[in-house]
Amino acid sequence: MSEKILDIQEERLSFFTPAGEVKALNGVSFAMNQGDVLGIVGESGSGKSVTAYSVMGLTAYPGKLVGGKVWFNGHEIENMKEKDFRKIRGNEVSIIFQDPMTSLNPVYTIGNQIVEVIRLHTNKNKAESWARAKELLELVGINEPEKRLKQYPHELSGGMRQRVMIAIALACEPKLLIADEPTTALDVTIQAQILELMQDLRKKLGMSIIMITHDLGVVASMCEKIAVMYAGHIVEYGTTDEIFYQPGHEYTKGLINSIPKLNTAEHERLVPIEGTPVDLLNPPAGCPFAPRCKNCMKICLSKMPPRTELSDTHYTYCWLQQKAEFEKGEKAE
Amino acid sequence: MSENKTLVEVQHLQQYFPAGGVGKNRKYVQAVDDVSFAIRKGETLGLVGESGCGKTTTGRTLLRLYEPTGGKIYYDGNLLFDKENKIAVDMLPYRRRMQIVFQDPYASLDPRMTIGDIVGEGIDIHHLAENEKDRHDKIIALLERVGLNSEHANRYCHEFSGGQRQRVGIARALAVNPEFIVCDEPVSALDVSIQAQVVNMFEDLQQEMGLTYLFIAHDLSVVKHISNRIGVMYLGKMVELADSFELIAHSIHPYTRSLISAIPVADPVIARQSKRIVLQGDVPSPLNPPSGCRFRTRCPYADEQCANEVPEFKEVSSGHWAACHHLDRVK
Repeated sequence: MSEKILDIQEERLSFFTPAGEVKALNGVSFAMNQGDVLGIVGESGSGKSVTAYSVMGLTAYPGKLVGGKVWFNGHEIENMKEKDFRKIRGNEVSIIFQDPMTSLNPVYTIGNQIVEVIRLHTNKNKAESWARAKELLELVGINEPEKRLKQYPHELSGGMRQRVMIAIALACEPKLLIADEPTTALDVTIQAQILELMQDLRKKLGMSIIMITHDLGVVASMCEKIAVMYAGHIVEYGTTDEIFYQPGHEYTKGLINSIPKLNTAEHERLVPIEGTPVDLLNPPAGCPFAPRCKNCMKICLSKMPPRTELSDTHYTYCWLQQKAEFEKGEKAE
Repeated sequence: MSENKTLVEVQHLQQYFPAGGVGKNRKYVQAVDDVSFAIRKGETLGLVGESGCGKTTTGRTLLRLYEPTGGKIYYDGNLLFDKENKIAVDMLPYRRRMQIVFQDPYASLDPRMTIGDIVGEGIDIHHLAENEKDRHDKIIALLERVGLNSEHANRYCHEFSGGQRQRVGIARALAVNPEFIVCDEPVSALDVSIQAQVVNMFEDLQQEMGLTYLFIAHDLSVVKHISNRIGVMYLGKMVELADSFELIAHSIHPYTRSLISAIPVADPVIARQSKRIVLQGDVPSPLNPPSGCRFRTRCPYADEQCANEVPEFKEVSSGHWAACHHLDRVK
């Protein structure tokens, strides 16, 4: 078993807005080992980005960690000061943002922006840093790196910019790379290039990756483990095969059914999840998914379901699974 | 789909946008160049392609929201526009029959109008309501038709979620009882679970009201789901057009093939087995597109002929059109 790198336990995070407390995370727990690729899927507002950002101490005002433990590579994130965060950001953990158009600084050259990270975190001198920057651009598959280093972000296409973002993120060989919807803003053919690149880099450098996305297709090809989030809860966690072929939670099943299939001849009607996402200002008392769930029971509306272990690597929070478990036990006795 | 009557037809549609330069040096963005297709009554034609390929422009030009720089547009047998013979018909009577649903439900609704007024605007313009009560009843009926309720009519759009706003956009398009709707990426901005609701609604409306759609999206799996036929665009040109299942299963153009293979499949076993055809490089600028075949700079089969001659968009087998010099070599 390899080394544990990230351990989040019962993390609670709220945004204190004028309208009231928005509970963005309600007891999120998971752990990652060195070299794992974890996909976090969920709809907008489900808390997937907030979870990842909190590891880097990037929770935006008025957000606040209100409970739980976040342990990353020897650091207790919940007690860390801004000064200490600066040392690990870009060094031990780095992030690729969704929109490469807005996350690069338009008034600095590509080279400046890569070198900045290297000089902040290492003892390399100027010449060594520039050499390293050139190396990084080669690593992410940008041709003519010398020329690109002197260019500004607006001179590059979206796919190229995302490659530059990856180069910056990898500059100090982080232990953990957080990719927040890295391909959502890109076209499919460019998306294919970037995903291919990320897979290659992971093989070469062996870092752990948290892949945040709403696209089940992306996680199916990239990730080994998947956490499905809904309304600030991880509702299901398991290996990719378990999530896709034996989904335990009604929301996961709904998500898988609601995507159109490409390779079928007949026209099948889509099965949508009815209703609208929860209002996090007034979350329901029981299971957050209960109001939209087809098989909702009485207990679902009043009590949050406990964790059901479906296998060593697979667990879910659903009363239906609890019921199934209970009935199995009855029969066994 | 009982009749095979053509409802909308465009021939050699061209849309260039001026982009700087004076006189002879004037430059143009060649957004749409020589695109021809026909949409039959009651069918859904899907248009797919990457950003900047001209699919949205095609949809808008078709409705003459932009004045085309070339080509002909027919609607229900009537000539709406002909550049050569300088014919440009007054669109107002046709606006009632042709409508559009826009991509971004956050930007396409006036924040200072109530939902009722947004939906009712078309009714007012075309004088479709006899009196105030009739107008109100019509609006409520429309809102209910798209899954909203009557109390929503007096609210403003900032009070709604993305999915609900898109429903308002659809109700607005339906308000004038159109026959033909251009759906310009209507589900791209929505979450997956909401996306399926809206796609199903488009299908129901089509069946009930006999609508004809031009469905534009970059997500091939959604387009395949809803369309009878699909056209694939690349850099302002139509490269392939076929029946939707035929296009997915037996695509013949190298671009379509790489596009299909690049789509991440939401099935881990298939995803592990499948081999992506990863295209090199980026889409060239439409300001200065490559000579000959526009796809040649990224095409693995490109040769000299591709650089010199523009490939003809021709019917390869019944109902299957493609523009490529090397169809026999593409495997």
